[in-house]
Amino acid sequence: MKKLFTRGVIRVSALAACCAVGAMMAGTASAKDSIKVGVVTFLTGPAAGPFGVPGKNGAELVIDAINAGTLPAPHNSKGFGGATMEPVFIDEAGGGAKQVAEYRNLVEKQNVDAVIGYISSGSCMAIAPVADELQKLTIMSVCGTPRLFEEKPRSHVFRTQGNAVGDSIAAARYMVEMFPKMKSYTGINQNYAWGQDSWKFYDLAMKKLDPASQASDKPQFPKIFSGQYSAEISTMLLDKAPVVHTSFWDGDIEAFMLQGLVRGFFQQKKLVSVVGGSAVDSLGKKFPDGVVLGTRGKYGLLVREDMSDPLNAWFVTEYKKRYDVYPLGPSYQYAKAILYYKLGMDKAAKAAGGSPNQDQVMSALKNMKFNSFDGEVSMSLGEGRQAVHPVGYGITKWNAKKGEPGIEKVKYYGAECINPPAGTLSEDWLNQGMPGAKCN
Amino acid sequence: MIETLKKDKTVRWIILGFLALAITGNFMEAWVQNNIMFGLARGLAVLGLMVLWRTGLISFGHALYFGIGAYAVGLVDRNLGISDIFLRLIFAVGASAFVGFLLGFILRKYRGIFFAMLNLAFSMVLYGILVKVESLGSTDGFSVSQTTILGWAPENKYALFAAIVIACAIGAVLVQCYLKTALGSLTTAIRDNELRVEYLGFSVARAIHVKYVMSAGLAGASGALLAMALGQVDPDSMVNWPVSGELVFITVMAGPGSVIAPFLGGVVFEFLRTYAFELAPEAWQLIVGGTLLGIIFFLPMGLWSLLERIWKRRGVSS
Repeated sequence: MKKLFTRGVIRVSALAACCAVGAMMAGTASAKDSIKVGVVTFLTGPAAGPFGVPGKNGAELVIDAINAGTLPAPHNSKGFGGATMEPVFIDEAGGGAKQVAEYRNLVEKQNVDAVIGYISSGSCMAIAPVADELQKLTIMSVCGTPRLFEEKPRSHVFRTQGNAVGDSIAAARYMVEMFPKMKSYTGINQNYAWGQDSWKFYDLAMKKLDPASQASDKPQFPKIFSGQYSAEISTMLLDKAPVVHTSFWDGDIEAFMLQGLVRGFFQQKKLVSVVGGSAVDSLGKKFPDGVVLGTRGKYGLLVREDMSDPLNAWFVTEYKKRYDVYPLGPSYQYAKAILYYKLGMDKAAKAAGGSPNQDQVMSALKNMKFNSFDGEVSMSLGEGRQAVHPVGYGITKWNAKKGEPGIEKVKYYGAECINPPAGTLSEDWLNQGMPGAKCN
Repeated sequence: MIETLKKDKTVRWIILGFLALAITGNFMEAWVQNNIMFGLARGLAVLGLMVLWRTGLISFGHALYFGIGAYAVGLVDRNLGISDIFLRLIFAVGASAFVGFLLGFILRKYRGIFFAMLNLAFSMVLYGILVKVESLGSTDGFSVSQTTILGWAPENKYALFAAIVIACAIGAVLVQCYLKTALGSLTTAIRDNELRVEYLGFSVARAIHVKYVMSAGLAGASGALLAMALGQVDPDSMVNWPVSGELVFITVMAGPGSVIAPFLGGVVFEFLRTYAFELAPEAWQLIVGGTLLGIIFFLPMGLWSLLERIWKRRGVSS
């Protein structure tokens, strides 16, 4: 018995020694003249093409420019508070729970100084509590769910993209203003969180802005990535509603456009596409004229021709030069999040007179107002952590002269026209009929 | 029974190994601790699949039970405010085993590809429901509050780590016991010749049903532990078909050699993926898949057979 016990002890300690070796594989601490930042975006799967890769390209372009100090003034100082950024790109595919595991690896294994990114609202909602738990500065770049800051106050999370309620209010305002005679509307949205929310907010906003407007009782919710929409198209063609709202993206919007085109769908219906920007370039001339198109901000197609803002002019030109395509919405969104981090680092470094610590950076980031590639951004909601900015819509029109997609009648709605005042929940504000909205 | 257990070498190794792990867990880097925790939790589901595999059955749909376990934790947390690890596990295992029991009546009649695909179909039904129902969180899922242990809310992750290690050890010992019983020793017999087993006086359908319910319960426990470790449930990482695929992947990678193999496989998989993510963020699947191919080519009986070979060689030389 005693012998057995001794042998047991030896075995336990041998195994313990093995495990301890693993435990001692510690990560290396980063030097002060360079910072390591995790950049998370879809690199594989269906969201990589329209969102992930343009996002990554936008981030890379701006990181390189900031490291070299070649951004236009006033952002032309070199580095992030003087430090060079070394990005670590991580794939966002696979769902929220998987992202939590990878986020922990980024923070605890790779010892990054901050994490920037996330496209899907599911990822953002899953990451936010972990970011607060691990106390790591995290800047969300694309996701739109209003729940992020409205459900719970956050301590380490920031978001540089306005929330989805604002996108829908802007869409509804545009429709009421430009097509006041089209009173009824239906929708085709993918049956998952983003599609359901988009329809819900658009419907609410329309009801409040024009009480005479009427939603169809047959809005369509096909399965995400189903790719076949003939049944839905037939149903909507029979529907009397002249307006069709869609939050489709990726291959789904391309498939829908092509299938609708052969059926003459777009001659009979006015389509409102909230994030169809990626399809405009990939379909080219096949993309129908007359579609009401938004990009969730002053991004992509809406501002491609507009060279009045030097930051936007630089971004469009350099992006086109480097990747041979135009920047899309996510390119701007990632570039903005990176720029925001730089400005926070610069401000904190100046105040601290050296390398700032995380708390100093976070207090610099809070309530910041800055000029980004998409114009003015103000971190005024969610206790100074949530951005508001104008959102615009326009109508597609093929530019025959340049042989490129074009857009006309672009209109922007200011931040205070589509967002609630601080402290009010977006959905409540929408339900109350948007009191105090300041539209010019 | 207890006497044979005491003599069982595997049981001794399980207890010693998991004890050592539980002790050293406290001194590990946080990310190592996390990865081991995720790997072990997943290992429980793989253990269930291994039992089925030994019977010659492969399920491409155990994410169904994995998801039921995870969502059971999420739902009792959100709706009833239950945060105790034991209660959460009881709900999760109960729910998944119950569904497994019901579906078992249908599935026990099928073998081979039909069994695999029917399981997949059932799991995708659950996925479809979760994605469409807003009150279940749709694709975003929802977060799970911190787990408590008999009213005590631990300050760091180590308590949960130790709890998971213990739960896995218990699971492994129970399955080892089961494999030693008469019903358990039928496992490979059924694979080899069902007719003969029937002639011996056993019901093959019932034996498979028992194994199926067992694997469902284990997958439920696995999903529950992972949900608690991650603090988040969502359909894409808990119920969608790649999750089932991952479980089968680990089963094949680990090999059917021992009840310890699934946990080893789970942990190896977690580290493999972590490094693949880090090295090739755009082609990490290639590394993970390539590793599996390599293992199938060179170690057809999985990673465990490599360990067995090493042990045997050492035994001969000394």
